[in-house]
Amino acid sequence: MTVVDVVASALLLSGVALSVIAAIGLNRFPDVFARMHAATKPATLGLLLVLIGAALRVADSGDVAKLLLAGLLQFFTAPVGAHLVGRAAYRAGTELSPDTSLDELAAAGPDGGASAPGTPR
Amino acid sequence: MEIVTSVCFGGLLVAAVLCLVRLVRPGSLADRIVALDSLLVVTVSGIAVLAARTGTGAFLDVLVVTSLLGFLGTVTVARYMERRGA
Repeated sequence: MTVVDVVASALLLSGVALSVIAAIGLNRFPDVFARMHAATKPATLGLLLVLIGAALRVADSGDVAKLLLAGLLQFFTAPVGAHLVGRAAYRAGTELSPDTSLDELAAAGPDGGASAPGTPR
Repeated sequence: MEIVTSVCFGGLLVAAVLCLVRLVRPGSLADRIVALDSLLVVTVSGIAVLAARTGTGAFLDVLVVTSLLGFLGTVTVARYMERRGA
């Protein structure tokens, strides 16, 4: 194994480890928002680590470009998707865990201000 | 490298099974969206690990398309959920 292979292996293994930890958190955490907190880490960092590890291993520069493109797209789309899911979950009235210490949207009404005039749908 | 990628595939298999468990357990629609999203991230990781194992990029187009379709699906179902209000 060359040095590049060792680095690629470390990146792949750490990315996969993040995925496994997130999947465990998905089953252990009490409510949707805590589960999203666990699930959205590997969606950016974990996947990016795996993609960089794979980019070190493929030979063709076009393949490296495809991996970087996928990483870039994921980097921009994953937070947007997570934000939309969280907003929809809150507005749909998903109950929070009893352990929740602070709900800053509670003052805006039960649907998080979705019914207020001028709110984008 | 074979050993490392085999370990990676094993870990991704565990992660995928845990996502599926979350998917079929009782929960809200948002729970299922999050679980399916995680399952898709695991799938994309698996394709990348496959590329690292073989050193060829034959499946990398699938990887790009899958991650984009995953985002599209998440947004669609989230908006549907918001309108339906449940």
